[in-house]
Amino acid sequence: MRSLILNCALIGAALNAQCVLAQDFLIRGATVHTASSQGTLKNTDVLVRGGTIAAIGPAAGTPPGATVIDAKGRDLTPGLFGGLTNIGLEEISLESDTVDSTLNLKAPAWEQQWHPELDMTPAYNPRSTLIPVARIAGITWTMLSPDSGDSMVGGQGAAVTLDGRYDAVLPGSRSLFVAMGSSGAKNAGGTRAAEYMLLEQAIREARTQGPVGEGALLHAAGRETVARYLAGGRVFFQVDRAADILGVMAFAKRNGMKPVISGGSEAWVVAKQLAQAGVPVILDPIKDLPSDFDHLAASLDNAARLQRAGVRIAFSSGDAHNARVIRQLAGNAVAHGLSWDAALAAITANPADILGLGATRGRIAVGQVADLVLWSGDPLEVTTLADQVWIAGQSIEMRSRQTELRDRYVDKLKAHTAL
Amino acid sequence: MTNLPSRVALLFATALAVSAGLAAEPFPSTYKVPVNPPVLVQGATVLTGTGERIEGADVLIANGRIEAVGRALKAPAGARVIDAQGRWVTPGFIDIHSHLGVYASPAVKGLDDGNEATSPVTANVWAEHSIWPQDPGLQTALEGGVTTLQILPGSANLIGGRSVVIKNVPAVTYQAMKFPAAAYGLKMACGENPKREYGEKNQTPATRMGNVAGYRQAFADAQDYQQQWDKYQRELTEYNKKKAEQGHAGTIATDKKAKGKDELTVPTPPKRDLKLETLAEVLRGNIRVHVHCYRSDEMATMLDIADEFGFKVAAFHHAVEAYKIADRLAQRGVCAAMWADWWGFKMEAFDGIQENLPMVDYPQSSCAVVHSDSEDGIQRLNQEAAKAMAHGARVGLIVPPERAIRWLTVNPAKSLGLDDRIGSLESGKAADLVIWNGNPFSVYALAEQVFIDGALIFDRANPPSRPRSDFLLGQPSEAAQL
Repeated sequence: MRSLILNCALIGAALNAQCVLAQDFLIRGATVHTASSQGTLKNTDVLVRGGTIAAIGPAAGTPPGATVIDAKGRDLTPGLFGGLTNIGLEEISLESDTVDSTLNLKAPAWEQQWHPELDMTPAYNPRSTLIPVARIAGITWTMLSPDSGDSMVGGQGAAVTLDGRYDAVLPGSRSLFVAMGSSGAKNAGGTRAAEYMLLEQAIREARTQGPVGEGALLHAAGRETVARYLAGGRVFFQVDRAADILGVMAFAKRNGMKPVISGGSEAWVVAKQLAQAGVPVILDPIKDLPSDFDHLAASLDNAARLQRAGVRIAFSSGDAHNARVIRQLAGNAVAHGLSWDAALAAITANPADILGLGATRGRIAVGQVADLVLWSGDPLEVTTLADQVWIAGQSIEMRSRQTELRDRYVDKLKAHTAL
Repeated sequence: MTNLPSRVALLFATALAVSAGLAAEPFPSTYKVPVNPPVLVQGATVLTGTGERIEGADVLIANGRIEAVGRALKAPAGARVIDAQGRWVTPGFIDIHSHLGVYASPAVKGLDDGNEATSPVTANVWAEHSIWPQDPGLQTALEGGVTTLQILPGSANLIGGRSVVIKNVPAVTYQAMKFPAAAYGLKMACGENPKREYGEKNQTPATRMGNVAGYRQAFADAQDYQQQWDKYQRELTEYNKKKAEQGHAGTIATDKKAKGKDELTVPTPPKRDLKLETLAEVLRGNIRVHVHCYRSDEMATMLDIADEFGFKVAAFHHAVEAYKIADRLAQRGVCAAMWADWWGFKMEAFDGIQENLPMVDYPQSSCAVVHSDSEDGIQRLNQEAAKAMAHGARVGLIVPPERAIRWLTVNPAKSLGLDDRIGSLESGKAADLVIWNGNPFSVYALAEQVFIDGALIFDRANPPSRPRSDFLLGQPSEAAQL
């Protein structure tokens, strides 16, 4: 509660009215997709109090002072995950002055130093034009993911809420990002074998007390960071080839890391092993082409096969500007055999669980943060739009730079053509 | 032509071919419409591409063409009957912006053949010579209902070269895919790509004004080249005429004096310049101009350049800001090919909005086109249209399925100059059609069967029959398909 009031103050005068309004409200008569074991609840009310979900049920009753929103049977989902993106870290991808997602020290492979201590979150700009664009499409949070520049270790990212607050980082979500496979190999002297060699060196340095001497891969801060991840830290390994997936799983296990496979184009090939080890996969389910020799077994069945094998999956397009396509990814996964509930979970509850946030977000359940989206139809359907989005119980203004452009020109167009 | 055996006649034929894009073109299509028994598709919801939606309709295919569309059609003897109740039928999709084959999967250096980025004007290169027919992306596009593609060179250059229109049929050579008698396209590019590509090498163009100077000089050179060839043709015609007269006279009078006096010189043709030859064909209206152009102001500049040199722009591609000049594009009869929602990846894409397609579609005689420029997007052109429909509806631009389907079919056909042959389900047109398992403007819709010229090329229910790239044989991907 205290932090909510603080956030409202930080957001500024323009939105203050909403902060006041948004405290308590009841969404009446929605088709509630809980993304939990409760599944879908028809004609159900959701009560939001102080930014969290206070009650769910048929005719939850209207507490005094609460605003009532009549859902008229429309679909309500948890706020969507935006994927592993640079939302808030970049404005225009090809304008490097506007991009903060990559550390590029331009050192040759054998003189490079790794900077796992690099934390991307101070670069996050809550006023980015990308945020309202994503938000009015139902995306309420995302995972800031450093890109690998000229080092296979991109640094650390964390999940952020997209309500526009400055202190947007969601505690407990911090993770280390390591790009392996063929994309990592170019930063490891040309062979993926060297990726493991360098990783082993970094671990040895992290375990060394005192100075590590000349030619070290890590600074002191980097050693401390790696040491933390060796104690059960979450590490995203960007890999696609089945052999690489098994390779990083074994490596992570040996070194006490909690691995997440990102990419995972060929993950279905090793689905059984992933399920047994409880290793989750964040994938783009529409990647079906052998885009390189790490993706030869890419298939539209990937998501459905992983789910059937018991692997926890989440989706990501990796696209910051167009993060909103995540719903379309989920819908396509359904068209190719994934159950509808599993597809919704892959863009809500599962990423929250994978990032250690499942207790507070990703589901419509009592006690969860009130990140909610009311939809015009089936939430996974491409012809459906978000009618209203709430983040932490705040009603989001359904506008963006794009709707401003639209409104300026659509009126002109209609007026001119009518003449 | 074979009745005129003289050397001159042959030379004349070559000159004509060079100058007017007539017969004897190199790299001829070897595609043949396959012979198949008639097919009757029964009881579907048919989006004809002409703006009509017919419920419970039949489509009759014979000899590779649409024979009839309507209710209660009779199956001719030997016809294959397909029960399509609950199914939707659309014309085959046409993607006018694809780099399949030229930027193939896998994206390795050995297959990186889309941009001859060695000079800002490479009108002499032809995309077809870069096409790898084994690109697995062709099959995944087919599974998305794409039956015709325009394969373009990339956009590094002001003038990137010739495009080619292909049919999405499995083949070992591109000639066997090449759309017979389809006009070539010229790929041009506005804006950031050429100026970045060459500016970084400290060459021209480094600015947008450099871009415009580059297009204009290229077409000015082409005008000069065209005049040289026109002059040669006049001389050749004159020569042939005189030769014929003299030959005729010669049978009467054969004295040596007369011969010496009137001896005719065979005119010398100008040296062929493959770059200017292509541009001259544009000026003659035989090659269609497709311009990669994001910003509305640059589209307007390009239309002025087209007016200056007397050519027509067939379509602006990546027309992210087309909505700002929708009425003007419609008035000029220029198509705009668009994505549904791409934006912000570069400055000239910063003003992308999700209502672009329905806004461009709004004026009378507009030509809005969905294009992909992507091996992923091409698999779901219908979904791109569906997203745009939804956003249009929210601002009162209602586009029903029977109209939206035109963005994927007859409008792109129009931009290719092929709307008399493909793009709609009308009697006499090519039987390029897709049977969908439901409303194609749904994320859950899948193409069940895809026909090209009446031949069933893709059948979802029959995996072994599906086209499959040589590249995928014996790969781990094999298992994915079984």
